[in-house]
Amino acid sequence: MNNYFYGGLFAIVLLVGGCATTADFYEDDLDMDSSAADSSDVDITALEEDCKDPCAFPRGALEDPESVLSARLVFFDFDSAEIKSEYQELLLAHAQYLLSYPDTRIRLEGHTDERGSREYNLALGEARSKSVRRLLLLQGVVDSNINVVSFGEELPMDLGHDEDAWKQNRRVELVYEED
Amino acid sequence: MQYQLFDVLKAKQLWSGSYPVPVDQLRNHAHQISDKVYEILTGERGAFNTRIAYVTASGKPANREFRLEVADTDGYNAKTILRSNNPIMSPSWSPDGRHLAYVSFENSRSEVWVHAVFEGKREVVANFKGINGAPVWSPDGRKLALTSSQNGNPDIYLLDLASKRLQQLTRNWAIDTEPAWMPNGKEIIFTSGRGGGPQLYHMELETGKISRLTREGRYNASAAISDDGKTIVMVHRDRGNYRIAALDMKTRALRILTDGRLDESPSFAPNGSIVLYATEQMGQGVLAAVSIDGRTRQYLAFADGEIREPTWGPFPNSKQ
Repeated sequence: MNNYFYGGLFAIVLLVGGCATTADFYEDDLDMDSSAADSSDVDITALEEDCKDPCAFPRGALEDPESVLSARLVFFDFDSAEIKSEYQELLLAHAQYLLSYPDTRIRLEGHTDERGSREYNLALGEARSKSVRRLLLLQGVVDSNINVVSFGEELPMDLGHDEDAWKQNRRVELVYEED
Repeated sequence: MQYQLFDVLKAKQLWSGSYPVPVDQLRNHAHQISDKVYEILTGERGAFNTRIAYVTASGKPANREFRLEVADTDGYNAKTILRSNNPIMSPSWSPDGRHLAYVSFENSRSEVWVHAVFEGKREVVANFKGINGAPVWSPDGRKLALTSSQNGNPDIYLLDLASKRLQQLTRNWAIDTEPAWMPNGKEIIFTSGRGGGPQLYHMELETGKISRLTREGRYNASAAISDDGKTIVMVHRDRGNYRIAALDMKTRALRILTDGRLDESPSFAPNGSIVLYATEQMGQGVLAAVSIDGRTRQYLAFADGEIREPTWGPFPNSKQ
């Protein structure tokens, strides 16, 4: 029993240690040969030259309509910036992609429905974007690769004035930025 | 132009006159006469010869066009001040009526701009990290109170327009936004989520003392203050509907003035008699006006498209 416990602890320490090393590595020396960085993951780097640990997706996954990454919308409850559990998996997948390709930048665009005051909604939209950012940061995505913006209620997806429209409009859009 | 005002009951002429007016200035002069009539009848200065600014939006979600417009109070003589494919928000008049501050998303995020209405010159004054919004001119015209989230979450700041010096007024984990100036320039009212939902708070600038102002209902936001400082209008949620309500600063009584579903952006006429606001009619954003006693309501006739965020300008020749 005790042996299992220590074994688990050891694995966690290794994992955390590994993350820190790779993060330091990218910040300190971007020009170094990428294959050296991924020596722990030899099989995958053979497939994807620039894919970093955890190398969860091929480079083209963003353009693949079948990929989980094709979903780029997170919806919210009224007056709430809390991420619902149903979006955890989707956001983890996007975090994995961002970790795999650390040169990728993502813009999180927060939106609200039209109810209430416009400036309060501008602030609420930002709070929603920041909730998504927090989740990506927890996964190890670097802050400088995340751009948080809010459009408040100004750019509805659905121009209607009922709950069906409002549901669509309370959202954060994940937009991959092009260089 | 010739005009006569009669008291029908007393069978007496109260006021009359005539003078030559160029054809293109007929409306302007008619408004001045209306102002005088209003003053004779009510004892208060009329506000017909003033201007309003508002924002329009048209087109499909993928291809929206936004405009900032300035018009006579009845919607005529509309002139486009700014046209953009990105949202425009929160116009605010300078006390002399020569400048508008507003939020523009033209650089893909919210920034505060100051725009000289007659000259057309404009400059960005707040483009800090995070959101920049809710600009309102101080009564002396020297400063803008505005919202910035540069320190992590939205707080109220003062921006000195000459020196561009920025002073943080509120520090709170919750959303603080929508400052409005008391006419003395020494106090502000703002919206804060610090109590759980949006409510109005009062702040003394000198001491920094903050106290909660609204107690009724779970949603009170977007304050506008009458020129005498006695009445505050706001967006108030009333059983799921968003309506304009007026708070009497002395009695602290709250009165609901409108009966719409999505009423917002209240703005006082400079004489405090009428509140202009945005509402929805047949699925379209329109402007409406309500008297401060809530008795008279009127939709304003305007062009096509969504119209929103009306803000009533000062009296002409207002001093700064």
